Parts: sequence; C-alpha cells; structure tokens
Amino acid sequence: MSGGNSGVELIKNGKRLDGRRPDEMRNVTIQAGVLHRADGSAYLEWGGNKVLAAVYGPREAVPRHTQDPNRAVVKCRYNMAAFSVDDRKRPGPDRRSQEISKVIGEAFENVILTEEFPRASVDVNIEILEAEAGTRCAGLTAAAVALADAGIPMKGLIAACAAGKVNDTVVLDLGKAEDNFGQADLPVGYNPHTGEIVLLQMDGHLSPEQFDEAMTMAVEGCKKLYEIQKQALYGRYSDAGSRDHSGGAE
Amino acid sequence: MNTQAQQESQRAPQRHLVIPGDVVAEGRNLKTGPGTYVRDGKLYAARLGLAEERQGVWGVIPLSGVYQPRTGDTIIAIITEVGPSNWLTDINAPYPAPLHSSETPWKIEFGETSEYLKAGDTVLAKILFVDETKKTQITMKEPNLKKLEGGQVIEIQPSKVARVIGRQGSMIQLIKRFTDVWMVVGQNGRVWLNGEVPMIRVAVNTIRLIEQEAHRSGLTDKVTAYLKEASGRSGNEPQPPASRGSAEEF
Repeated sequence: MSGGNSGVELIKNGKRLDGRRPDEMRNVTIQAGVLHRADGSAYLEWGGNKVLAAVYGPREAVPRHTQDPNRAVVKCRYNMAAFSVDDRKRPGPDRRSQEISKVIGEAFENVILTEEFPRASVDVNIEILEAEAGTRCAGLTAAAVALADAGIPMKGLIAACAAGKVNDTVVLDLGKAEDNFGQADLPVGYNPHTGEIVLLQMDGHLSPEQFDEAMTMAVEGCKKLYEIQKQALYGRYSDAGSRDHSGGAE
Repeated sequence: MNTQAQQESQRAPQRHLVIPGDVVAEGRNLKTGPGTYVRDGKLYAARLGLAEERQGVWGVIPLSGVYQPRTGDTIIAIITEVGPSNWLTDINAPYPAPLHSSETPWKIEFGETSEYLKAGDTVLAKILFVDETKKTQITMKEPNLKKLEGGQVIEIQPSKVARVIGRQGSMIQLIKRFTDVWMVVGQNGRVWLNGEVPMIRVAVNTIRLIEQEAHRSGLTDKVTAYLKEASGRSGNEPQPPASRGSAEEF
C-alpha cells in the first residue's frame, strides 16, 4: 500500500486487471465439514485464496488462567502456511498474524453465545494455504461456516469482505496487485442479521465520501458471501430435513 | 410462518433444517426452546440443526456439537485423577466432573479411593447435577451404575446418540440380536461394547454406519441389511439363555 497514486495502471476502460467491474467480487466457493477430527470445519476458495478453517469446542480452556468464569473465550489462530505466498513465509506467528487472529476472534465474540459455556474456550483455527490478497476476510468467512458446522450456538453467521481504492476509484474485493499498488484497503466484517459491523480496519487514505462508498460496497459483498455461506451449510445437510422417524428416540 | 406453524402442529412433527440466524417462528409470546433465541419478536435458531415444534415451543435439535451434560443423563466416564476422597472424571463434556466417594456403591475410607477406581478406569455413571456455572458432579449410587470391566469403549458424535439407541432401544437390540455383543450407550457419546472380538468389530462398524447415515431415511433397513451380511447370521437365532442382561434401558 503506497497511500498515494503508485502510477501503476490498475483500471483500464472501467475494467480491472482481472477483468472485473469495480463492484465485482472474485468467485467464492465454500465447502463445510471437510475435516473429520475437528468438531467443525470449512474449506473456502476465494479467487486465488485457499483457506481451511477448523473449530474445536466448546472445551475446557487451557491454560486455566485464560478461563473466564462467566463466559467462554474465543481463541482464534490465523496462520499462513509457509508455502502460501510466492516467497516462502517464515513459519510461526508474527505481528501481522497475531493482529489478524485478535480481530477475527473479537469479531466472533459478538455472535457466539459465549455465556452458555462458562470457563470454556472455542478454538478457531484458520490456515491460509494459498494467499492472494484478502485472506483475513476469507479466513473470517470460512471460520463462520466452520463454527456453524461445529454446532456452536451463535446469533448468526458473519462474513467479511474488503473494499478499497485503486486509481482513485472505489472497488470491491481487492486483488493482489490492487492490494499492493492501490491507495486504500478497507476490510469489513458484517453481521447480516443485525447490520452490525464486527470488524473494521483501514490501510491508506479515503475521503469521507469514498469511505461511505467503500463501506456500502463492502457490506453488499458481505451479503453475497452470506448467501454462499448458507448454501454451503444447507448443502452439507441437505438430506437432513426428511429423516424417517422410525428410530428417533429421545 | 405462524399459521404454517399452527398447521404443522396438527400433523406429525415436521422438522426442517436451520442454520444459526434463521427465523424459526414469529409472533407474540414466543417461548425459547433449546437452541433458539428471541430478538425483535422473532424466534431465531442459535445453532445448526432441525427445527421442530413441541407443545407449542420451537426448538432446534442439533446435528453436531459437543456433549452438554444434563442432570440425570446416564454417561460413561473415564477416571482421570484420583484424590483422597474423590475422583476427577472425563465425561466428554467441556468440563471435568468430580465423582465423590460417597456417591459410589462402596464404603470407602479416606485415602483409599485408588483401591476402587484408578486413572483410566471406565465407569457407568449418572449426572448428579449441573449448576448454573456448569459445575457438574456425577454419581454411581444407583442400581445399574457400575465400573465397566473388560470390553472396549468407542466415541461417537453425541448428537447421534439417540439414533444409535433407537426408539426404546430398538437399534441396540437389533445390533445385539445379530452380534450378541453387550452394549452400553452413554448420553455423552461413548459406547462400551463387550463380546466376541469379531462381533465387536461388526457392532462398531454398524455404529459407524448409523453415525454416517443418521439423518437419512430408511436407517433401520440399511442397518439390518449390513448386519445380516457382516455378521453372517440371520438375526432369528434363539437368544442364548440368560441373554447377558438386557440392552441398556435408555
């Protein structure tokens, strides 16, 4: 992010480098329940991003001092695989991934019914297998599906999508070049049920008008993601509605 | 939705798939059943599962998730720690559960707990109470509760326990009829099996099949077909005399 105009031409004839319109998102596909050992999981592909999310819990929070006697704690771990980027990423938590873990975890604390599980923890693991800009949004979106798949009680799903500014144009869902050479990046986490913003960060500069435009665009993107999330979950359990009642003891 | 709900209450229980944030019912005087919450006069699903109305109350039957202890549940506990007058047990819940020496069928002197149960031992127990902070205690002070000796324990998804048991234990009896394996199913998703080793293997595979197919229709037929093939028995043999105790009574 250079902040100013980098001189790289990112929009030609109203089309972006990868042929998208300014308000167009990359393709997103989500699959729920891909891991057997985790309580809940999801795999997401978002353009060139490949993200695996696994959820464990609620389970006893360890170490003990992290327990909260009144509610469950959400422990989120965002991690980029060493092979997820062009140059090998040095493995292990760094400042960036610690920050992303923190903001995603706090976003989920808004929707998970943590009061139902005092002293417990809900562990959210987000593994970036391949990165191509927008991994924190992809990670949050995948983790929401994994949480629902794990049967964690929550008020609803949340989704995240970024908007930004390239060549003085507000665009939705920045690609890699746009992220690197654009003027602003605005990841937004959104609760489509209440309209609440659960995650908001900004890198670069936006005028108040551009900010409003970018926000509106990002929220629209989140709503689209929510539909994809829903389909992923309905798809996994699509044959569940018509179960026979012959053996259904309680 | 409300009128539809009223119509549905006339017929057999209708179940439909919901994910967190889906509207389950609308209207005044809504009662929150399990797995639901109310916001702005609407009843929402808090977890992934099948929404069902029972006596005018909508609830969500979970399709996934960890075991939540409830008072009176019969469970299979594994001893993890031995204290001078109590044991700590793992009941497959987010919280460890103590078993006090006075809650056993034996008369135990202070400090002699390890002569009765050691770490790693398996017991059939009941949840004595769960308080509002989810502190849980278990008891063995009831006729059928005992230390489980020999045999083996497998874990299944707690949400599938009802199907493995079947209506009034029908599924357990079915498995027992074909394999002559003695089974005890705990509400916490643990199954204890004892019998001939090859038949235990058949029983375990059957349980895995039930787990996999739990939400599909025609489960009993599929299980019967599998048992016939795998056990090499017709299921009509006379029961051996003194058929080793009845299948568990839940």
